[in-house]
Amino acid sequence: MADYKGVLICGELIEGKVTTTTKELISTGRKLSDGLNQLLSLLLIGQNLQEVADEAISLGVDKVYIGDGVPYAESLPERYVAIISNVCKQIEPFIILFGQTDMGRDIAPRLAARLRTSVCMDCVELTIDPDTRSLLQTKPVYGGNAVAVWASENYQPQVVTMRPRASAPAEPDTSRKGEIVPVTVKVDDSKIKCKLLETVKEEVKGIKLEEAKVIVTGGGGIGGSEGFQLIKELAQILGGTIGITRVPCDEGWMPKSLEIGQTGHIVSPALYIAVGVSGAPQHLAGCSGSKCIIAINKDPEAHIFKEADFGIVGDYRKALPSLIEKCKALFAI
Amino acid sequence: MNIIVCIKQIPDPEIPPAKFKLDIESKRVIPPEGIPPVINPYDEQAVELALRLKDKYGGKITVLTVGSDAASNIVKHALSMGADQGIVLNDKAFEDSDSFSTAYILSQAIRKIGDYDLVLCGRQAADWDEGLVGSIIAENLGLPLVTLAEAIDVPDGELSVKQVTLEGYQVIAVPIPAVVTVSNEVGRPRLPSGWGIISASQKQIPVWSASDLDADPSKIGASAARRKLIKLFIPVRERKCEIIEGETEAEASVKLVDRLIKAGVI
Repeated sequence: MADYKGVLICGELIEGKVTTTTKELISTGRKLSDGLNQLLSLLLIGQNLQEVADEAISLGVDKVYIGDGVPYAESLPERYVAIISNVCKQIEPFIILFGQTDMGRDIAPRLAARLRTSVCMDCVELTIDPDTRSLLQTKPVYGGNAVAVWASENYQPQVVTMRPRASAPAEPDTSRKGEIVPVTVKVDDSKIKCKLLETVKEEVKGIKLEEAKVIVTGGGGIGGSEGFQLIKELAQILGGTIGITRVPCDEGWMPKSLEIGQTGHIVSPALYIAVGVSGAPQHLAGCSGSKCIIAINKDPEAHIFKEADFGIVGDYRKALPSLIEKCKALFAI
Repeated sequence: MNIIVCIKQIPDPEIPPAKFKLDIESKRVIPPEGIPPVINPYDEQAVELALRLKDKYGGKITVLTVGSDAASNIVKHALSMGADQGIVLNDKAFEDSDSFSTAYILSQAIRKIGDYDLVLCGRQAADWDEGLVGSIIAENLGLPLVTLAEAIDVPDGELSVKQVTLEGYQVIAVPIPAVVTVSNEVGRPRLPSGWGIISASQKQIPVWSASDLDADPSKIGASAARRKLIKLFIPVRERKCEIIEGETEAEASVKLVDRLIKAGVI
């Protein structure tokens, strides 16, 4: 067996900067490489990467591999699988880390199959077992009803994806030193079978969910798209933004880009107000990191009350208008 | 368009968390009493997407599942929705297979069926929440793959797949045959029709074993698993909810704001 060493993060960029999720991976990756006493590397693909590579080094990366190419969001996943598997075959890392993002969800499974190795998706904790030196992979299962810890002792490299917001992002320290190494990201075009026809970004006006301090979320209990007027109004007064659960998304009441939960955004605002939300673990997976959770629901037995800090049992149509009035008076709008 | 849909039977993911029980010793989920297992909801949406394609372009839908005798129930469900035939892949040697082994078993069955244009899988199974099997099947069969599809069209003999992204979507052209995993944005699957239920009940559901699939024993079952389950537990809930009482919802809302100010939240 080859000598697999170190941790390689497959990083992601947004507007030429590393994403928050990548910063979280750097802090997790740093702990893992310190536990193994091996190097932490980061792979970045994009254009003009010198500055962002320096930033990554200040965040704790020992070695940044930079490849000149199109960022993931504008590229074809098939191409990225080919690029990353080529890079991994050269570098032979022991651990390959992704975020549980569009890229991680798509690339990690195929990469593991291609490298004939193991993969664990959507981990919330990764540690090195001090005795066996194997990677312990903790992940929620059964929609969050249970948590499983896995190890894959006989397989290298080990591919894992990490849930966003499961760890704190790495903090910069400009005294850190590291190395920047260019890599080739050329792939055999004859092997690319798909063709990217269109990339559409549905612009969400206002505050991004991941950065919002206050989020008001409407669930299936809202009953239709009209009810979201109240949700929007409350969010606006509190200086926040709105989210939805899967029901309003699947029913087409509201756009998918607002969905919070296992199959949507993962958020951690200071205040999370869940209105007409039953509290399925699959939704809570996306918001349980919030500092304060408030639940408003007609059903006193709704599971959301088990996960909230404050609750009102009642009809949101009656509760929200007075909540809005009171907040308006408070913030003197 | 001949479509193969891979489906899985799982414990009902909609059960209230209070009914969710584990056997910590054996690291297994205890099936909830009186609540029968169901077709994985994401797989049901894959069946729905297959039916939409069949409605538009014609062809035949075959559903495949790796499971025990009881798994024929979900095959029947897919047939009653409108799928044409179903096969259960059942062998003692398949038990406790991981995603790689399951994908291998399904790939062998897909090879055996041979005549297909498209393989559909749900984006993930709502039990272990991995989202691996479809992608591994594509790698095994050397087929192009698109994950997390919301819609598929077939203009000019090629697939045009709308892939959901966190902030929008991509449209990808894919040559046939291909593997596509299906996301929940497909929406609500159709209900079985009365006629569908009757015709499904009359259909034979063949069972294929490891030898029918010419399956390599080193690639299936618990011994082939690439990961070992060390521990399975129910997470501790840390929050304690303070219910704000009031004569009316309006009164409770006003009290809530005061309480939040006192707690320093707003």
